[in-house]
Amino acid sequence: MVSRCSHPQPNLLMLDVSDLACRRGERLLFSDLSFQVPAETLVHVRGRNGSGKTTLLRALCGLLRADAGSIRWRGEPIRDLAEDYNRDLLYFGHLNGIKADLTGLENLRIASTLDQDPTDADAIVAALSRIGLEGFEDLPTRMLSQGQKKRVALARLILSKAPLWILDEPFTALDVDAVDLLQQLIAEQVARGGSVILTTHQEVPLTSGAIQRLTLGEASDPVSSENTESSC
Amino acid sequence: MLKVFYCVLSRDITLALRRRTDVLTTLFFFIIVVSLFPLGVGSEREQLRMLGPGVVWVAALLASMLALERLFAADYDDGTLEQLLLTGQPLALLVLGKVVAHWLLTGLPLVLIAPLVAMQYHLSSTAIWVMMAALAIGTPVLSLIGAIGAALTLGLRGGGILLSLLILPLYVPVLVYGAGAVSVSAIEIADTQPYFYLLTAFLMGSSLLAPLAAAAALRISLE
Repeated sequence: MVSRCSHPQPNLLMLDVSDLACRRGERLLFSDLSFQVPAETLVHVRGRNGSGKTTLLRALCGLLRADAGSIRWRGEPIRDLAEDYNRDLLYFGHLNGIKADLTGLENLRIASTLDQDPTDADAIVAALSRIGLEGFEDLPTRMLSQGQKKRVALARLILSKAPLWILDEPFTALDVDAVDLLQQLIAEQVARGGSVILTTHQEVPLTSGAIQRLTLGEASDPVSSENTESSC
Repeated sequence: MLKVFYCVLSRDITLALRRRTDVLTTLFFFIIVVSLFPLGVGSEREQLRMLGPGVVWVAALLASMLALERLFAADYDDGTLEQLLLTGQPLALLVLGKVVAHWLLTGLPLVLIAPLVAMQYHLSSTAIWVMMAALAIGTPVLSLIGAIGAALTLGLRGGGILLSLLILPLYVPVLVYGAGAVSVSAIEIADTQPYFYLLTAFLMGSSLLAPLAAAAALRISLE
């Protein structure tokens, strides 16, 4: 079903989704959804509002139990992997997931301790300054603007070593500079062999790796792919 | 493991210290409820001595109930709970960290203030000591059992009332044996030891099972 052209080097298969179906209340959002996410791939999920993009991403994270189908991470069902899968995963949802009463520094330190990925304070400060928040490290995040809060949350991407990123509308509320930076971070993640699954209405240019497009809510074949290298 | 537990614990305590009103409202609620009874039923010594243990325990139950709603709600609203579920750590351990922090902030102050408010009930000094000890063992049980209810009612409209209906019946054993220990020591008819054995058993059982149940409930609530 997947109209993917053969890539010269065989890609390592990361996430394997087969016959996935999700419903919200009585409404069937999607069914028989199958796709594979190899390493070095960006999956761009598209669809109208309410077509089930967020539901799909939450199902892929394991936050939501799909009504049918299976999701496998490196060959194992994610339900069985549980915490081991979470360790390989970074999820960025609609909510920023940062505490308003803590500073940017504290928020990131807690996040990295819980990911069991001890990062020293210097690395966190460096990440914050790269994301454009130099001088705001010690301010409670409730003092920051919407876009700045989002930047604090996105600084996790800089610190993350997780091979799989799942990002739900990461570009909203960001200014032009931050959008550029985020595109750059996503390209870096793909270039170092990771995978990114995201929903956005924006185009994300890649310097290497492959882009797969997945369109929800349409009867025709939802999966199409293209490669940045002109190999096919 | 310990590092993760400590991380969640210190995070919640830092947060509460930056927003002190939540902690203080629980404490003042407890003090006011306990103080209302002597004003309402009159100052007759024997009557108050009979009422004291029960009133203090019921007030502690209600105060701990009041604070429970916020146990997971704030984290749920800003998306940090979602992130906690995806950290790659055993969720029950994170829940236990949150519950311990919650008890240190809302249960421990009640234990410490109890002797002061109990003086209004003419309780003997032994009875007051027994009350403190019983509260110190009993209030963590309240927080632990309450965490299950708080996780189940997360994100529901009118969750607060539902939470009370779900959880207050489960508090009954703690109330019976907690207040029982104090009453028994106040009238000096029997040994308080069995009461303490039972309360400790509740504490052991609930600290083992409640975090697991609350973790499962959180996963359901976040779906």
